[in-house]
Amino acid sequence: MSGKAKTLRMRKTTVNSFINYAMVIVLFVVTQILIGQGAVSNTIQSMLVPVCCYVVMAVSLNLTVGILGELSLGHAGFMSLGAFSGIITAAVLKDAVASEPLRLAIAMVVGGIFGCIGGVIIGLPVLRLRGDYLAIVTLAFGEIIKNVIQVLYIGLDENGLHFATKESNMVMSEAGTFVVRGPMGATGVTRLSSFAAGFILILITLFVVQNLVDSRAGRAILSLRDNRIAAESVGISVTKYKLMAFVISAVLAGMAGALYGLNYSSTVASKFDFNTSILVLVYVVLGGLGSIRGSIIAAAVLTLLPELLRNGTINEYRMLIYAVILILVMLVTNNPTLRGAVDLIAKKIRSIGKKEKAEGGAQ
Amino acid sequence: MSKQYPKPKLVPVPSTNIIPERDIDKSPILECRHLGIDFGGLTAVSDFNMAIGRTEIAGLIGPNGAGKTTVFNLLTKVYQPTRGTILLDGHDTHSMTTAQVSRAGIARTFQNIRLFSRLSVEDNVKIGLHNQTAYPMWSGIFRLPSYWKKERVAHEMALELLSIFDMQDLADHQAGSLPYGAQRRLEIVRALATGPSLLLLDEPAAGMNPSETAELMENIVKIRDTFQIAIMLIEHDMNLVMGICEGICVLNFGKIIAKGTAEEIQANPAVIEAYLGKKEG
Repeated sequence: MSGKAKTLRMRKTTVNSFINYAMVIVLFVVTQILIGQGAVSNTIQSMLVPVCCYVVMAVSLNLTVGILGELSLGHAGFMSLGAFSGIITAAVLKDAVASEPLRLAIAMVVGGIFGCIGGVIIGLPVLRLRGDYLAIVTLAFGEIIKNVIQVLYIGLDENGLHFATKESNMVMSEAGTFVVRGPMGATGVTRLSSFAAGFILILITLFVVQNLVDSRAGRAILSLRDNRIAAESVGISVTKYKLMAFVISAVLAGMAGALYGLNYSSTVASKFDFNTSILVLVYVVLGGLGSIRGSIIAAAVLTLLPELLRNGTINEYRMLIYAVILILVMLVTNNPTLRGAVDLIAKKIRSIGKKEKAEGGAQ
Repeated sequence: MSKQYPKPKLVPVPSTNIIPERDIDKSPILECRHLGIDFGGLTAVSDFNMAIGRTEIAGLIGPNGAGKTTVFNLLTKVYQPTRGTILLDGHDTHSMTTAQVSRAGIARTFQNIRLFSRLSVEDNVKIGLHNQTAYPMWSGIFRLPSYWKKERVAHEMALELLSIFDMQDLADHQAGSLPYGAQRRLEIVRALATGPSLLLLDEPAAGMNPSETAELMENIVKIRDTFQIAIMLIEHDMNLVMGICEGICVLNFGKIIAKGTAEEIQANPAVIEAYLGKKEG
């Protein structure tokens, strides 16, 4: 009996994870086929890498907001750290590493490391705070990162990197070029990102987050969300596991940032502002707190939606329609009556499936 | 870093009768000396002295607001005591946090149930087993051999612990959806999962009917005999307290007014006064 119960239970979580992997893989393959047939417009094609980045951002933020249960409003800050450190790394390694995918991979790892450093620096003091305070400090952090990068000038010449806070103070040889130019951001970036790289990053993110949640550390993180006092009473270190979830989330955001930064020839720091943090939070909330599949779908659909609405007569109203759709989804997911109806349908479908399974088992 | 605890044995260990006298550890598992706490100007508990033997079932009773739960919160370091010392197995817990006290061997349940209600029953117990089935985070992410090994151990231990209360069939249910009595029992199982040497039960029989309470009494004694641990309980049900507690401590207005066995307590005039008021005439 217990053995059977175990395999059933194992199957439930594992099946859920595998559905997510399968969904991402199928979407990737279908998109590639459509691109091959020329059925995907150029605008949509140019959206594919950002979609991957936002999916990774949403899944990683879900780890903090949905699974750890702490509201973070500075997730774009980590993305920004990753983007600029990734761009600089790629620029430095331009001659040293000839292979573009390898350079992109190294840049993403460096982006992740910077995300990690940022996560630890912010997380250590901030995670001792609770609720609103945490939200406010993370919000401030995102703004600080943005403002620091806006006054940062980074030049590259044969002697290496040079830093300055004013353009006139920059000392470098004549062959040197600016990598980051204050408010102008990073310019002249070699575009390295590809849809395939984004796809791999999504798979890595799913692997890390799903396996983490379904392990001892993940249960500890979930227990902090459900009841902090009880979690402490069974010997779970609050700071350790909060920091763990927060830093992993920041690392993934940093990697997504590097991918995002290397997708455009120029990137400005103000791209990663409060609005972007909120946008990602909207994906997480709409997809369902704690639901990884929801985050993937919400991020992908909502990133593409404004572009899909861009054609023809509704072009002028596209942001209006976008807002209405957001409100409708919020209403449907939070309205008990509507939700009850949706649950009922889901239950019926499930019971039909179960009946078939039971009949199959009897034979 | 963390202390390794032996796997709890569900087979009863030999009773004290056949352990040679010299091998029985007579030192108390817990000793409180002049323990006290003030909240602002209010003294909630003062001069609380108590010792609990290694396999003793101790009761802490008293009228509402006497400071019983505050004592539990002091022992588990939810509150830092203003005065006094707590010695757990001879070690001062002064500098420990709640989590460290749990790892050092004090487990507790709560008066108002605090389960991880959105998680499954089995996961609740597994979270209790957190420090006994330790493996690094990487191992969990990359599914290294230690993950599979420790997860299997955790699964088996969880079902074994649940079997104390015949709850192994509920393992897959959501903890929050269990009936009230089962939630109380699950809290005890989760506390036991931490491998404690002292178990604190805060009103374990609250909201239970007489037959459930009788069953609970049997189980508390069974837990003590099986795990050879000390149990301290707060309870308003006098049948339970007088039935199974070997030592009883009566608290009123934050002070101990009586200590002793069930018979002594029942005969103590100070206790009767605290519960029923002063006799007229």
